[in-house]
Amino acid sequence: MIQVDVQHRLGSFELKAQFVSDGRVTALFGQSGSGKTSLVNIIGGLIHPDHAYISLNGDVIVDTKLNVFVPKHRRRVGYVFQEGRLFPHLTVRQNLLYGWWFAPGTKRVGQLAPIVELLGIGHLLDRRPGSLSGGEKQRVAIGRALLATPRLLLMDEPLASLDEARKAEILPYLERLRDETEVPIIYVSHSVPEVARLASTMVVMTDGRVVATGSTSDIMARLDLLPFTNVVEAGAVLEAEIIEHDEHYGLTQLSLGGGRLWIPRLSERIPGTKLRVHIRARDVMISTRRPEGLSALNVLRGVVAELGPQRGPILDLRLDCGGQAILARLTQRSVETLGLAQGTPVYAVIKTVGFDRQTLGATFPQAIGADTTAIPV
Amino acid sequence: MFTLTPEEQAAVELSIRVSLWATMTSLPPGLVVAMLLSRGKFWGKSILNGVVFLPLVLPPVVTGYILLLLFGRRGPLGAFLADNLGIVFAFRWTGAALACGVMGFPLLVRALQLSIDAIDRGLEDAAGTLGANPAWVFVTVTLPLILPGIIAGTILSFARAMGEFGATITFVSNIPGETQTLPSAIYTFTQVPGGDIAAFRLTVIAIVVSMSALLISDAIGYCVGRRIGVEA
Repeated sequence: MIQVDVQHRLGSFELKAQFVSDGRVTALFGQSGSGKTSLVNIIGGLIHPDHAYISLNGDVIVDTKLNVFVPKHRRRVGYVFQEGRLFPHLTVRQNLLYGWWFAPGTKRVGQLAPIVELLGIGHLLDRRPGSLSGGEKQRVAIGRALLATPRLLLMDEPLASLDEARKAEILPYLERLRDETEVPIIYVSHSVPEVARLASTMVVMTDGRVVATGSTSDIMARLDLLPFTNVVEAGAVLEAEIIEHDEHYGLTQLSLGGGRLWIPRLSERIPGTKLRVHIRARDVMISTRRPEGLSALNVLRGVVAELGPQRGPILDLRLDCGGQAILARLTQRSVETLGLAQGTPVYAVIKTVGFDRQTLGATFPQAIGADTTAIPV
Repeated sequence: MFTLTPEEQAAVELSIRVSLWATMTSLPPGLVVAMLLSRGKFWGKSILNGVVFLPLVLPPVVTGYILLLLFGRRGPLGAFLADNLGIVFAFRWTGAALACGVMGFPLLVRALQLSIDAIDRGLEDAAGTLGANPAWVFVTVTLPLILPGIIAGTILSFARAMGEFGATITFVSNIPGETQTLPSAIYTFTQVPGGDIAAFRLTVIAIVVSMSALLISDAIGYCVGRRIGVEA
């Protein structure tokens, strides 16, 4: 469990943030300049905060009231920087073992071989960082932080400096990291798709303040937080389970709380596997009657649970589909034409091909689309 | 065949010995001062800066005279060192090394300071989060990254020491076999009738020694540069 309560002034910017999380991956989410990086720098010990209380599993690492400030080299908090920060004068192997060498012998848990295998960097060991691609550098940086046997891993937008192809290359490794290791992670990001895929808990920040903390699906379903998140990518994050594959049409059927969902086939997933599905609000249509003669395969029944504030011609709705929240984005005009109000029974229509399929790795979880993603929970 | 006379050989050996000692002994304090000037925030920083760079702007004779006043037999520091540690500078080759070291110090510090300023402090932070305490960060990250600066600084310092004349002759005079370095020897020969040839021979030697030093350091610098590589 991570407990953070920080107050710190940086020039004219004031950071005043507090949150508690025991999630596997806690996303610090917010637009650029919201203070996310300053906050992780304080947790990592790179900044000496004005006032702060920070504890890791009950172990206090900063308490300005009691004059406690554990220096960064004794915190055992791993840090993966946005730009990698590999040591240019050392080989990849020496970089990886740098923190391992300093970790107290009895507490060393990571071994080079499994971590190298986990991150797929075996072929790079004897090279120097200067000759690596951006994606390779980030994987080495993650391995280096893991081998230092951290109690907490901080990742500051590790994908921000990479192009889409490189991001797609690293995301599966981050999922493996989340699923196959036990180190809690604080993941700084302003990308909705990344957070939707990786995070179990979200801390939403704006102007140096925390505006909301909660599970990813709860936070993503809140209409009042849309102005602080990314409006374009906004959409509900649902937990689903694979029911069956349709070999003939190449489709996979998922079960959600309130119905079934057809998505493009996920070949190597066995029925029963739990997935997380991110359905963007702008990919959802609304009908007040059960649609007929419609090409879309996915029609979920539900009721309008909440109407969001109007933004120009646009209005977001939250639907309750058998206990699962789904966001839909409509025009104000459609809302009035259909006479939608809280409690109106509706059908949500989601196009199957809206989940455009993208293969990320042979043995790793496959994602469906860069934006609309399904991942194991 | 170009053979050296005993006097010439003594002058060459002395010059190299003096320059090596001057360079090597000024490197550790040079690092400390460069770190302080580059990273430190303290009262009197600009005074320290001024003192370090003074030999660069003062006439060498003045620097030599100040050394004589401080480190001479009767000088406050010279008397203290001679009585307590048995180290004597006046009219010894050690004094020549001291004069050369002081004259080369600003060049050494400047080169080190520039390379320390150029370090990405983020790398040191990264090393810290990986469990290295400040001393280990310095040894494993800072020092290797400023190696090119260290090499450049020692070359400059060594070159300055090989060429140093004014401060040396003022401080420790021009005693053959003890304080007569190459420049002093050349000076001596130019002052006596018929010394032209000897002076010219020494000039050639000075060029060969300095050129070799430059080539060797260039080769070392190339290897180090390749080792460190360039982070894209």
